[in-house]
Amino acid sequence: MIAALLASVITAATPLLLAALGELVVERAGVLNLGVEGMMLVGAVAAFAATSVTGSPALGILAAAVAGAAMGGLFAALTLGLASNQVATGLALTIFGIGLSALLGAGFVGHPLPPLPKLDLPFFEQLPLLRQDALVYLSLAATAVVAWFLRRTRAGLILRAVGESDGSAHALGHDVLRIRAAAVLFGGAMAGLAGADLSLAYTPMWVEDMTAGRGWIALALVVFSAWQPWRLLLGAYLFGGITILQLYAQGSGFSAVPTQFLAMLPYLATILVLTMISPGISSAKARRFGAPACLGKPFRPAS
Amino acid sequence: MRLRIEARAVVPGWLLWLTPVVSLVCTLIAAALLFIALGKPPGATLQAIFLTPLLSMQGLSELALKASPLLLIATGLAAGFRAGVWNIGAEGQLIMGAIAGGGVALATYGSESAWVLPAMVLAGLAGGMAWAAVPALLRTRFGVNEILVSLMLTYVAGLFLSWLVLGPWKDPEGMNFPQSRMFEDSALLPTLVEGTRLNIGILIALAVAGVASFVLRRTVTGLQIRTVGEAPAAARYAGFSESGTVWATLLASGGLAGLAGVFEVAGPIGQLIPKLTPGYGFTAIVVAFLGRLQPVGIVLAAAVVALSYIGGDNAQVELGLPSAAVGLVQALLLFFLLASDVVLRFRVRVLA
Repeated sequence: MIAALLASVITAATPLLLAALGELVVERAGVLNLGVEGMMLVGAVAAFAATSVTGSPALGILAAAVAGAAMGGLFAALTLGLASNQVATGLALTIFGIGLSALLGAGFVGHPLPPLPKLDLPFFEQLPLLRQDALVYLSLAATAVVAWFLRRTRAGLILRAVGESDGSAHALGHDVLRIRAAAVLFGGAMAGLAGADLSLAYTPMWVEDMTAGRGWIALALVVFSAWQPWRLLLGAYLFGGITILQLYAQGSGFSAVPTQFLAMLPYLATILVLTMISPGISSAKARRFGAPACLGKPFRPAS
Repeated sequence: MRLRIEARAVVPGWLLWLTPVVSLVCTLIAAALLFIALGKPPGATLQAIFLTPLLSMQGLSELALKASPLLLIATGLAAGFRAGVWNIGAEGQLIMGAIAGGGVALATYGSESAWVLPAMVLAGLAGGMAWAAVPALLRTRFGVNEILVSLMLTYVAGLFLSWLVLGPWKDPEGMNFPQSRMFEDSALLPTLVEGTRLNIGILIALAVAGVASFVLRRTVTGLQIRTVGEAPAAARYAGFSESGTVWATLLASGGLAGLAGVFEVAGPIGQLIPKLTPGYGFTAIVVAFLGRLQPVGIVLAAAVVALSYIGGDNAQVELGLPSAAVGLVQALLLFFLLASDVVLRFRVRVLA
C-alpha cells in the first residue's frame, strides 16, 4: 500500500522534474522562458501521435524531444535573434502551444494507449520502488548529469558565466547568444520529454490542455530550488507528494472537504512555498539567494 | 558599402503604428497557409473570419459584445506591463469578479430592486481587485514573483467557481446541471441595440479606455507608471514608490478584469456556469501588445481580436474549421508583433 503510494508520487513528480530541469539550465544561462506549458503540450501531443502511428514509444519519446526543441528554437529565434521581450514571447509560446497541440491532437482524443512499459534494470529491479519506466530513470539520471555539468565541467562554468555576467563572458570570447540558444533548445527538449511522460506514462492518452498548469508549477519549482538541481529533485518529489495526497483524499471518499478544494492544493502549495522561500524585497538578498544575475535581460554584443 | 546595426535613440511615431499593421498582414498570410494545411480553402476561410461578420448588424453587435471584455482587461494589463508588473492571472480575476457580482444577483433574487445591478458591478470590481491584491501583497511584502502567483490563483478561482455551481449555488430547478439560476431582468445589463445581445458594457469599456489614456498621458500617476517600467533608477531618484506602482497597476487590472467578469454574467450569459469565457483573460495579453500598450491602440486591437473569435465561430459552422485554429492564429499574431519590434529598437545604417 505504502509502496504503491510512493510509486505514484514518483509518477506524479517525474514530468515536473523533467520540465523544471530544462528550465533550470535555461535560466542559469540567463534566459527566462515562460513557455514551458506550451512546449510541454506540444511534446505531449507529439509523443502520443508518434507512438499511436508507429506503435513505438521510443519513437514517441524522441518525437516529443524534437518537437519541444523546435518550440525552444522558435523562442530562441525571437528572443535571442530578434531580442524580443522574453516575458511576452514566453507567454506567446504558451498560447501557441495550447492552440497547436489542440489542433494536432484533435484526431487522437479518446484513443488510450497502453502505458509506457516498466523497465527491469539489473540490480534496481530488486528494490520495490525502482521498477519504473524509462522516463523516470531518465529524469533521475538527467538530474545527476545537469548537476555535474553545471558544477564540474568547463562548459557548465561558461554557461553559468553567460548567465551571471554576459558582458564579461563576451569579452572573454564566448559566444553568448549561441550558448543561450543551446540552453533554450535543451530546455525545450526537456519540456517535450515532460509532455511525453504525461501522455505516455502518467495518463496514457491525449486530452486538450492535459498539462493543467504543470509547466507553470515547473517554473515555480526552479525558483524554489534556488537554481540547484538536487534541490529541484526534492521540490519535484514534494509536489508529486501533494498531488498524490489530494488525489488519494478525493478517491477515498474523504467527503468533509469538496473535491474542488482538494484539487486547489497543488496551486495553493506553490504560492505558499514561493512565499516561504522568498528572499524578501531587498535585491541584494535576492542576488545572494541564487537567481542568475542576467536572468531575463536581453544581450546584444557591442560590435 | 557596409551595413551596421545600431540601437535607436528615438522611435519614429509612424514606425510604432506601422509594425502592428505589418504583423497583421503577415498573420493573414500565415493563417492562409495554415488553412491550406488543414485542407480548407484559404480565401473563403479568411473571408468567413475577417469579412462576413462585418457585413451584418448581427455580426457587428456580436463584435462589440466580444470586444468589451477584451478592451477592459487589456487596458488594465497594459498599464501594468508598462510598469513591469506582469499580471497574467486576469482570467482568475475575471472569474472572481463574476462570482462576486453573480453572488449579489443570486442573494437578491426576487427583490427586483434597481440597486441590484449597481451593487453587482461594485462587487465585481471588488472581487477582481481582491484576487489581484494577493499577488500585489506577496510581491511588495515578500518579493514573490507576481506572474506565478496570479497564474496559480487562476486555477484556484476556476475550481472555486466549479464548486459553487455544482454545490451551494446550483439552480434548484436546473435538473442537476452545473449552473446557477438564470438572473432576473433587474440583474441584467440594459440592451443597447434592440434585437441584439449588445449591452451598455461596451460604452463603459470605451469610457474606461478614455480615462486610462488620459491618466497615462497627462497625470503624475501615468508618468510614475511609465518611469518605474522604463527607468527604475530614475523612478527611485524621483521618489516614485515601486510598491505603490505595483499595487496601483495590479488593483486596476484586477478590478477591470472583475468588471469584465460581471459584465459577462450580467450580459450574454445571464447566470453562472463553469466555463465563463474562451480565455479572454489570456487573449487580452495579445490585445494589450497588439495595441502597443496604449489605450487607443487597444480599442482597435480588441476589435481585431474579437473579430477573430466571431469569425472563427463562423468558419467553424460554415467550413468546419477547428476552434483551436483561432487560438493558433492569435498566437501567430503576437509572434509577428514581437518579432517586428526589433525594427523599433535597432536600425540598419549604411556606412559609406
